[in-house]
Amino acid sequence: MSVDLAPELGTRVVPEVAAGQRSPRRLGLLTARPGLILALLFVGFVLVSAVVPGWFTRYDPNATAGPDKLLAPSAEHWFGTDELGRDLFSRVLHGSTLTIQATLGAIVIAVVVGLTLGVVSGFFGGWPDSVLMRVVDVLLAIPRLLLALTIVTALGFGTLPIAVAVGVGIVPGFARITRARVLSIKALPYIEAARTGGASWTRVLVRHILPNSWGPVLVLAVLDFGVAILAISALSFLGFGAAPPAAEWGTLISQGRSYLITSPWLTLLPGLFVGLTVFSLNHISRSLEELQR
Amino acid sequence: MTSVKWLTSSTARYLAGRVLQAVIVLWAVYTVTFGILYLLPSDPVELQLAAANVQVDELSPAELAAAKQQYGLDQPLATQYFDQLGGLLRGDFGQSISLHRPVGELLAERLPSTLALGATAIGLALVLGGTLAYLAAYVRVAWLKTVLNRLPAVGVSLPPFFVGLLLIQVFAFELGWFPATGTQGASSLVLPAITMAVPTAAMLAQVLTRSLDDQLAEPYVATAAARGLSRQYVQARHALRNALLPTLTLLGLLLGATVTEAVVAETVFSRPGVGQMAQQAVLAQDVPLVQAIVVLAAAVFVVINLLIDLVYPLFDPRITHTPRVS
Amino acid sequence: MSAILEIQGLSVAYRPHRHRPPVPAVRDISLSIGRGETVAVVGESGSGKSTLAAAVLGLLPGTGAVTGGSITVAGKPVTGASERALRDLRGRVVALIPQDPTVTLNPTRRIGPQVAESVRRRQPEVPKRSVDAEVLAALSAAGLENPELRARQYPHELSGGLRQRVLIAAGLAGEPELLIADEPTSALDVTVQKRILDHLDRLVAGRGIALLLITHDLGVAADRADRVVVMRSGEVVESGPAATVLGSPQHEYTKELLRAAPGFSVTVREAGERTPEPILQLERLTKDYALPGGGNFRALDEVTLQVPKGQTLGLVGESGSGKTTALRSALGLITPTAGRIRFDGQDITDLGWRQLRPLRRRFQLVHQNPFAALDPRFSVEQTIGEPLVSFRVGDRTTRRRRVHELLDAVGLPRDFAGRRPAELSGGQRQRVAIARALSLEPDLLLLDEPVSALDVRVQEQILNLLTTLQNDLGLSYLFVSHDLAVVAGLAHRVAVLRGGRLVEEGPTAEVFSNPQSEYTQELLSAIAGRSPREHAGTTS
Repeated sequence: MSVDLAPELGTRVVPEVAAGQRSPRRLGLLTARPGLILALLFVGFVLVSAVVPGWFTRYDPNATAGPDKLLAPSAEHWFGTDELGRDLFSRVLHGSTLTIQATLGAIVIAVVVGLTLGVVSGFFGGWPDSVLMRVVDVLLAIPRLLLALTIVTALGFGTLPIAVAVGVGIVPGFARITRARVLSIKALPYIEAARTGGASWTRVLVRHILPNSWGPVLVLAVLDFGVAILAISALSFLGFGAAPPAAEWGTLISQGRSYLITSPWLTLLPGLFVGLTVFSLNHISRSLEELQR
Repeated sequence: MTSVKWLTSSTARYLAGRVLQAVIVLWAVYTVTFGILYLLPSDPVELQLAAANVQVDELSPAELAAAKQQYGLDQPLATQYFDQLGGLLRGDFGQSISLHRPVGELLAERLPSTLALGATAIGLALVLGGTLAYLAAYVRVAWLKTVLNRLPAVGVSLPPFFVGLLLIQVFAFELGWFPATGTQGASSLVLPAITMAVPTAAMLAQVLTRSLDDQLAEPYVATAAARGLSRQYVQARHALRNALLPTLTLLGLLLGATVTEAVVAETVFSRPGVGQMAQQAVLAQDVPLVQAIVVLAAAVFVVINLLIDLVYPLFDPRITHTPRVS
Repeated sequence: MSAILEIQGLSVAYRPHRHRPPVPAVRDISLSIGRGETVAVVGESGSGKSTLAAAVLGLLPGTGAVTGGSITVAGKPVTGASERALRDLRGRVVALIPQDPTVTLNPTRRIGPQVAESVRRRQPEVPKRSVDAEVLAALSAAGLENPELRARQYPHELSGGLRQRVLIAAGLAGEPELLIADEPTSALDVTVQKRILDHLDRLVAGRGIALLLITHDLGVAADRADRVVVMRSGEVVESGPAATVLGSPQHEYTKELLRAAPGFSVTVREAGERTPEPILQLERLTKDYALPGGGNFRALDEVTLQVPKGQTLGLVGESGSGKTTALRSALGLITPTAGRIRFDGQDITDLGWRQLRPLRRRFQLVHQNPFAALDPRFSVEQTIGEPLVSFRVGDRTTRRRRVHELLDAVGLPRDFAGRRPAELSGGQRQRVAIARALSLEPDLLLLDEPVSALDVRVQEQILNLLTTLQNDLGLSYLFVSHDLAVVAGLAHRVAVLRGGRLVEEGPTAEVFSNPQSEYTQELLSAIAGRSPREHAGTTS
């Protein structure tokens, strides 16, 4: 240890605002978190099956088979069959396509609009901030699902309308969090240091504020992915989703209701599948947050 | 804060300001929903005539005009906007197109059942979520703490309608303890209330657990412990109150969302409440009814959050309803 | 004499992660304190002194554990004791006065009930009905006037000094035999610090309580303790009677600490015969802030200051004195209500950000907190080079060369260029911040408490660096600090602010030898280490 230069090297320094250390520890942390790996694998599986459901099942989701109707889950039919003898597992996987499309659409709307509003509001302040935040207040005063229902009433039913409806519902919360993050970073001394060092506001925004903001925003986006899946399933459960025979996750569960007494798996297994997906996303979001600390 | 008089007058000013703000938010909510319902690409006239079971395609232009006039749809949008706003202010919510009855009457009929359900659910959620969070913070056995910490995440992740169906399957069909549908007696309240309480309790527990953990790590807690106080006492008398502060804000949001949560619960359990009516109104694209329900839900939300804001200083002496230097 | 506190061969280790080996925090420490005796444990951050305090109370955080040795308080074991047994000791036998009074009182509980918690520990000795009276007695004993009012107030309604008195009241209300004071005044203004320590001294002496004083400040230890224990990296470096340890230190580390401690060796910088012309002038500068419900708060009241070219003006004041407002006005970050600011003769008071920009190259700011002053995502090279990029100075190669020059100038190895702030210590970060401020070759540096967040030895290094840079580059400094002793060695002239007003200004040597205002005298007498304890020789 070079005594003259920096004898304080020996003391452990606890960084207060240390974000994004590029240390090899990260990979180690990943292997120390089996739960996170399982969650990532499951979400990965759901995403891949949404794109190419055929990889994971050999059944046609719409092929009816009279004699095989309402079969209980078995090695042949993992999730059993429905009232028309269609393979439920195949229907769930093909349902992923629609649900995940809608979810991605909703998240894209939420992130693009919410992020823009939040950054503009937090960064520029002044009257744009006041106006935008009042609008956000108003949107937040309408409970999410009801806002979505209003939009669905106006746009009609189907995958695209519910994606828009859910996306718009997420925007205000997203904008608010982004704004708070931008504001808190804007107040830090290193921003002032950059400014007194002659940096323009554009440079401060692009080089300092945005890179330091996106961590929590990412965490929120992953979390909202789960929220969006729940909202979209709820909307399709209520009967506002794609028209039959196509079926989103919520529609499948809704259809199974009529057979709840005799064939509970028709509702319970798809429901469990949705729950597991959202739970995995929550877990990933939470782990990301812990890793960023 | 030297003069008491100054303080009270500024509190009154704060109060007046907050109430005015709430009124403005409500007006804005009405305007936003009106905008969404009437300005989006779909033709509101056709939507509503279809909802009223009028076969638009088969009408002659004269008949169409007559039908429009019947529902007040022949007026310019601005006139409709102000007519409806005026009606709202007088307590007239307009006419439901699909049910052919005044919206106000329908709401009055359905609201009590929804409020009973909502109140039960919130009560249940507070007890469940609070207990869970308190235990999760108190317990020191590592595996038990992990379980208690993870449990709310499960509650948040499960779709509420799935929870409802699961409860029906187990407690109504298998065990036969509670009815699966209807509004007969208090026992019919149990399953839908649990359905609504699960996500609410889970969210409360998540926030409160984290908040309690944060507070327990604060230096004042260690200082209190150094006075020889028990862990139970320190958590209950010192940490809990401070931990409740962020939860209070969340509670406002959750209370305000009760009507929304009722949409799913009432649909699953076939309870004729405001929530179920909302679902049916959207299915029938009954614009006046949808709009009335949204404004009502927003009003509940705004009023509850106003109340929470006003009582907040009782819980946090550092907050006063007087502006101060930033 | 029987010892109240007996520590033998104590080792404590933290285990922040299950899969990694424990990190030792305290290694093989032995210590004993007798009745009525004051022992100071001195060390820099990371020396393990606070861990020691927590271990004595049996309040180590969840990841920490005693790995060897024993602690006995008043004959009862602490190490290995049950939670119940520990609770019986805490408050009654051993009490704590914590570090930062702003975070160690429950913000939503009134003062009275918090002190009552300690009083009630003395039941049944103190019956229930006299608890309130005891609380008031404890509050007035701690030097709080109007205890009835204080008991009804919430912590946020009290100043830091008053809150620390409340904590002292709460600590002593249980009538303990041993008091642990963990940096009891380091979060307070210097004059308040002195008053509180004086009062604590009297209380402890009057009641015959043993005091374990944890501090980073050798001056405080010298003034208050009978014996001193110097710690470094979890080990005792040197211990003995205060006069011996501080008078003729044996260990190199103690000597270094003593050399660095500002209070002991107040070397005053000579101003020279002639004061050069000013580079920065603040003329009758006033700043008002509007208060809610009408009225103004005057943060700065007609303050006139001059920073001489190539020299240092030390601007000293406690919290609320307006020193930061003055500095930020000079930088153009705050618009003053009245008065002028001149830089090198040019009036810059009303210049907008754009008009000021070319001049900005000539005066730069160094922040107080080196932990938040660097963008965590920027490498050292990016940070230092950023002003060059902003002003489009040079190309990539010349900028890199300049960064290397600057690293040399602030005494950092060149291979630090690729590091991120998280990989640097506090002192290293402050060096990077100084290098960044120097990158545009400014004439004037505005230093906002640049060393207050650092350990004394690091403080000394940074101050030395600043002196060297001034001599080599002919820089002028406006050095803002709460601590006269820190300013003394660097400043040619000193200005003292109080409540927004200038109370004294003059050459440093004159201000120190012949202070004109009463307030400056008080500030000077509050410098710890100038009044070593008379009876420092007593041993157990």
